Amino acid sequence: MELPLLHLALVGTPNSGKTSLFNALTGSRQKVANYPGVTVERKEGFFVTPLGRQVSVVDLPGTYSLRGRSPDEEITRDFVLGKASGETVPDLVLCVADSTNLRLTIRLLLELKRTGRPMVLVLNMFDIATRRGINVDVERLAKELGVPVVTSIAVRKGGTADLLTLTDEISARLAAEPAENKWRALSVSELRATQREADRIIADCVSLPSRPDTWTARIDRVVLHPVGGLIVLALILFVMFQAVFAWAQPLMELLNSGFDALGEFVHATLPAGLLQSFLQNGVISGVGSVIVFLPQIIIIFLFILLLEDFGYMARAAFLMDRIMGGAGLHGRAFIPLLSSFACAIPGIMATRVIDDKRDRLTTILIAPLMTCSARIPVYTLIISAFIPAKDVWGFINLQGLVMFGLYAAGIISALLVSFVIKFFMLRDYAPAPFMLELPDYKMPRPKSIVIGIYTRAKMFLYRAGTTIFSMMVLIWFLASFPQPPAGSTEPAIDFSLAAMIGKALEPLLAPVGFNWQIAVALIPGMAAREVAVAALGTVYAIEGGKEAAEQIGQVLATKWSLATALSMLAWYIFAPQCASTLAVIRRETGSWGWMAATFTYMLVLAYAASLVTYNVAVALGAG
Amino acid sequence: MTDTNDTRSHMPLGLAQRGYTGVIQHLSARDAGSALSEIELESRLIELGFVEGARVEVLHEGIVGRDPIAVRVDNITIAVRRREAMAIIVA
Repeated sequence: MELPLLHLALVGTPNSGKTSLFNALTGSRQKVANYPGVTVERKEGFFVTPLGRQVSVVDLPGTYSLRGRSPDEEITRDFVLGKASGETVPDLVLCVADSTNLRLTIRLLLELKRTGRPMVLVLNMFDIATRRGINVDVERLAKELGVPVVTSIAVRKGGTADLLTLTDEISARLAAEPAENKWRALSVSELRATQREADRIIADCVSLPSRPDTWTARIDRVVLHPVGGLIVLALILFVMFQAVFAWAQPLMELLNSGFDALGEFVHATLPAGLLQSFLQNGVISGVGSVIVFLPQIIIIFLFILLLEDFGYMARAAFLMDRIMGGAGLHGRAFIPLLSSFACAIPGIMATRVIDDKRDRLTTILIAPLMTCSARIPVYTLIISAFIPAKDVWGFINLQGLVMFGLYAAGIISALLVSFVIKFFMLRDYAPAPFMLELPDYKMPRPKSIVIGIYTRAKMFLYRAGTTIFSMMVLIWFLASFPQPPAGSTEPAIDFSLAAMIGKALEPLLAPVGFNWQIAVALIPGMAAREVAVAALGTVYAIEGGKEAAEQIGQVLATKWSLATALSMLAWYIFAPQCASTLAVIRRETGSWGWMAATFTYMLVLAYAASLVTYNVAVALGAG
Repeated sequence: MTDTNDTRSHMPLGLAQRGYTGVIQHLSARDAGSALSEIELESRLIELGFVEGARVEVLHEGIVGRDPIAVRVDNITIAVRRREAMAIIVA
């Protein structure tokens, strides 16, 4: 008889290596979703034990205790207690510890034990502990704690074998009715007593390192140096943005010519007509022009994941805390804001690590100003069409420099907006505390990085395949119907619905130098910023025929003035053109008001920035 | 209670310079001036390992106002602002 699915839950402090253990156990068999009603990421994976038992494992948000001070921590608590709505009570809780740093996890485990759930302590990163001369008496530890203890090396092949075997053993003798839950929130004195108990157990079972981690100390001497640290941070960010622009180029060109070839093939195979136009101009050139940006998105996530895995992100928060504090931001806002460079949606969701409501709200409001990867397609297109690819001062690519400038403009305006919010709205309140563990540095694990990039690339492609695809179909439809009357000499698009909408909006956008084609492209761009590129492609391709679709940039260079191009760049720094971001803001703040406020302030800034840019550029002779 | 550090004067960790080493004597969240309630601040400090008897060393300081500080607490490193570190009495 087939045994029912065994439910495991991973619990641990932040930085305990929980996620790398999760990746080691499940590989790519993962499902990422949200817990019902809250926007906490729910990661579930599946694997099979050596004895063939099917297992589901959930990677719960990291926490230091079961008190539940944030939505993430509440999920962990409710899940373990079996109170999370729609969730199965875990059959077995795996409490994951960083073997080099047991104090906080042992205390957490003592608290977890009160819930009565069957439990195992997993001493993860055991190899690093051994290398540092930390000696753990595993048998004694298990006896003292009253739970099975198993060592694991999540990053090594076969490093979880003992854990798998133990899972089989335990699942064979799991009681039908587990012990009752005796957990309740700990008072300060109970908390202190548990920490004392944990320290006593550790003193009995663990011989502490004769060799502390000298590498972390050495790196920190540079990286956390008040001045040197900031220089290092600036360098890292600069390299990251140069890489996004320069490294991705060959791959993007490859993808581009691939889609062109596909378009040509369709063009050559199908008879001229609506179907041919739909496939070539609507589907292939539309979706293709978005998928082309996959390499850049992969590179930006590669950097973010590497820095996170290495342990640098917490340092960046430390360095930036007071500097961002000057603009009314919390040091912890640094990580959500940095994630917003990839996409504001995970960035806004990551603000949940900020406990203070007002700090969190400020961060949410400015996160969309960070240059997300969806703007990259638009920036890249315009920069490569209008900015010459020459080197300045011998080694810096001018195009890369403009890109860096656009990012900087986003950051500076975000800081200014935050400062204004703090000054006018949230004037009198004491700043929330900043308390953060600075984990020891660890070599990033290639497998974790690959899985992380894979899941994000999949999300991007899924979006390209659904939202963006349907927007492209809509745009193609608007741009193709009604068809021009027989015998007309003007381009077909002049007769279409798209032209009507665009021309209706033109008077509004004329002061910032936008023509009606841009107005058409901005409408679907509301759904997702990058769609504007594809929409421009569609609009101009349909207008100019096959040649235009091949090089949108070349077409733009002939149709737009430099002033219009710069105005478009300025618009894109601020414009609230992302329906999904607005939806996430509504969900995370629980308020339509804050969503409307974000939309309005960004739109006003966008219009103002474009107006100034366009008029200054025209005055300087770029019109 | 006899204390080997009796000869050193007690002070809040929030006033310590870089390079300071000492042992936590007690927590006194009331006077720290943190935005958190007394109980909340104390709970959080304990959860991060700031308990009586733990060895602390101030490893790094931020650039603005020498704040925040990175503190070695036994064998982990915690970043904390001086305001909250005022609740940790060391000697």
